[in-house]
Amino acid sequence: MAQGRIVAGVLAPHPPHLVYAENPPQNEPRSEGGWEELRWGYERLRRSLAGKAADVLVVHSPHWRTTCGHHVLDLARFQGLSVDPVFPNLFRFHYDVAVDVPLAEAIAEEGDRAGLVMGRMRNPDFRVDYGTLTSCHMVRPGWDLPVVAISTNRAFYYFSDDVGQREMVALGEATRRAVERTGRRAVLLASNSLSHRHFTEEPPVPEDMSHEHVFHHGQYLWDMRMLDHMRSGRTRQLIDEMPDFIEQTVSECKEGCLTWLMAALGFPDYPAEVHAYGTVIGTGNAVVEWDPEGARAAHDG
Amino acid sequence: MAEGAVLAGCLCPGMPQLLLCPEANPGWGALRAACGRLRDEIRASGADLLVLYSTQWPSVIGHQVQADPAPEWVHVDQEFHELGSMPYRLRMDADWARACVEAAHERGLHARTVAYRGFPVDTGTIVALSLLDPEGRIPASVLSCNIYADRAETLVLGKAARDAVRRTGRRAVAVAVSCLSARLHTRPVPPAQDRIASLKDDEWNRKLLELLAQGRLEDVSQLAREYGTQAHADQKLKAIWWLAAVLGQNNRYRGMVHDYRPVWGTGCAVVGLVPTDRPAAGHEFDEEDVERYSGDRQVLDAGAGLGPAAPPERQPRGDGAVVAADAPRPVGAYPHARRVGDLLYLSGMGPRQAGTDAIPGGPVRDTQGRPLAYDVEAQTRAAIANVRTILEASGSSLERVLDVTVFLIDMDRDFAAFNRVYGEHFGAIGPARTTVAVTALPTPIAVELKVIAAA
Repeated sequence: MAQGRIVAGVLAPHPPHLVYAENPPQNEPRSEGGWEELRWGYERLRRSLAGKAADVLVVHSPHWRTTCGHHVLDLARFQGLSVDPVFPNLFRFHYDVAVDVPLAEAIAEEGDRAGLVMGRMRNPDFRVDYGTLTSCHMVRPGWDLPVVAISTNRAFYYFSDDVGQREMVALGEATRRAVERTGRRAVLLASNSLSHRHFTEEPPVPEDMSHEHVFHHGQYLWDMRMLDHMRSGRTRQLIDEMPDFIEQTVSECKEGCLTWLMAALGFPDYPAEVHAYGTVIGTGNAVVEWDPEGARAAHDG
Repeated sequence: MAEGAVLAGCLCPGMPQLLLCPEANPGWGALRAACGRLRDEIRASGADLLVLYSTQWPSVIGHQVQADPAPEWVHVDQEFHELGSMPYRLRMDADWARACVEAAHERGLHARTVAYRGFPVDTGTIVALSLLDPEGRIPASVLSCNIYADRAETLVLGKAARDAVRRTGRRAVAVAVSCLSARLHTRPVPPAQDRIASLKDDEWNRKLLELLAQGRLEDVSQLAREYGTQAHADQKLKAIWWLAAVLGQNNRYRGMVHDYRPVWGTGCAVVGLVPTDRPAAGHEFDEEDVERYSGDRQVLDAGAGLGPAAPPERQPRGDGAVVAADAPRPVGAYPHARRVGDLLYLSGMGPRQAGTDAIPGGPVRDTQGRPLAYDVEAQTRAAIANVRTILEASGSSLERVLDVTVFLIDMDRDFAAFNRVYGEHFGAIGPARTTVAVTALPTPIAVELKVIAAA
């Protein structure tokens, strides 16, 4: 078996509004569209990923929250109806998720070896969270790839951002080792937004774009700074600055997904492709792709 | 109708161990037994409503109130999934939920009911209702915990709940579903070795319980901020703020701490509080009281130069107006429905689809006005589906329809087919009905329904 590799890493934010705006048959509510910058950015991402022969999506979601370690979906299939408890008017999604169980177990084993606490979700009644579903759907709406879903851990909240970051780095490295030893060609999805202060009311028509804007200018400036780091290959600086970013923008990066991704990718020093930046109920969201194989080819060339 | 009253309040933990594996730890079993004693007290009180506030149901768009009359699903806790599934079928008081939302609006809060099939009722609610009312004898309602809400907003929510109890004539018991300290273990611990995760948490929990045993709920409420800086409070102890407000913000209660134990590192107590007439005993009430919320919720249009919020026809205003997100866009200045008292008046509803404006069964004429073949059965089904969507968004249902006025553009051609489909949906419900022929309808459709329903 050839050694596996991460063929792409993606910052893949999960506002349920994006699925709602797409009107896929799986989602019960209907919309008139909305949030096109981000949706079209996902389209560009899909085109970019099309030639990479990926065979699995590995998604780290902030909306499956665990305190005792990280958990992975560990049954071959999860089916059901996922209703977003915060935006049930937008997201009531009928899902049928195939899981790459060998890879899920490999990630759990590598996490165990790294001293992390790893749980295995083997209850078929469990409902997959909307973060996982939204990110996977926007990246692969045909649902023709198996998925490995990893829960987020509350270490950032229980201890500190620094402790949380360390844990996410260990988990990211464990994920990379698991991908390599199982021979997978994996796309990793960090399912989080950037700045995350958001509106606490919504317009009568949720997709009424005349109401959509960044919550405040400070969030915009911080988001641009972080995106500039990504576009310039300064991901270690990005991680170093993340505690301040989290504090000042209530960033969803506090859930650890982006740190996990950066660690899994080995803290890329090559530029990322920012496919889109846009706001959803005031939060800053970006669709960003890291292409390790492309970077390697460019370097070798 | 006699004015309602809040008969009692209680604090109940929502940890799934109490429901799924009480035998694994003597303390978990003791807490479950304590909930049983609370259950007996609730039954003896003659309550006809349980109002829950659950810290395990987070919301960000104001507060949400469960209005599905019979939510049913099989729930699995995201953390404690290995303990097993929790099938539930709950009994909710949808009328009270709507009254509560109305009262919340009057006090300046954002609030909405939710009534969606498959809505994920939280672990805490399922545990509390399973232990306090296992047979579902007493209808309940559940309020969410807004993650951004401060003391002022949470107090006002409690007062709105109290308003709704009074107006609807209910005899309610308020249930705060919450731990005290909420620091969970971060590594596996055998159940027999469970303990409060932090000694400081334990000390502070005991301080609060000492006060609650004396019935000093308002003092505990005003200690909550300090507690939150000293201990790992469950959602800042918002449930205590809410409970104090529902019960009337004083210290005049008969307090009973039924038990206090660790559950997976948290500090969980079962506490009952019954109003008494004894004096407040000179305790100080330091913090500002709040009757109406005026915090920073109006942020949607905070930016400069955004222009008008929306065309006026898209923003029907006023008490009782219902705009359903999943229903077709109105073609004029009207909401999808308006609630007046116990009745819902729906605007005329055709088959157009939300979002796309497509007409199932096809339009009756093209853009030049030339007649087209169309399927009135498909149009009728779609119109009824739209009616159902609006009713459910309003917290009602098709089964509660009282009166239907039907407009057909071609009685001779369409009545028989329309009548067949109508009978499939309304035959068993039996609302009053009037069917008339009209020359045309505003969009190229063949059928429109005007509905009045019980709210």
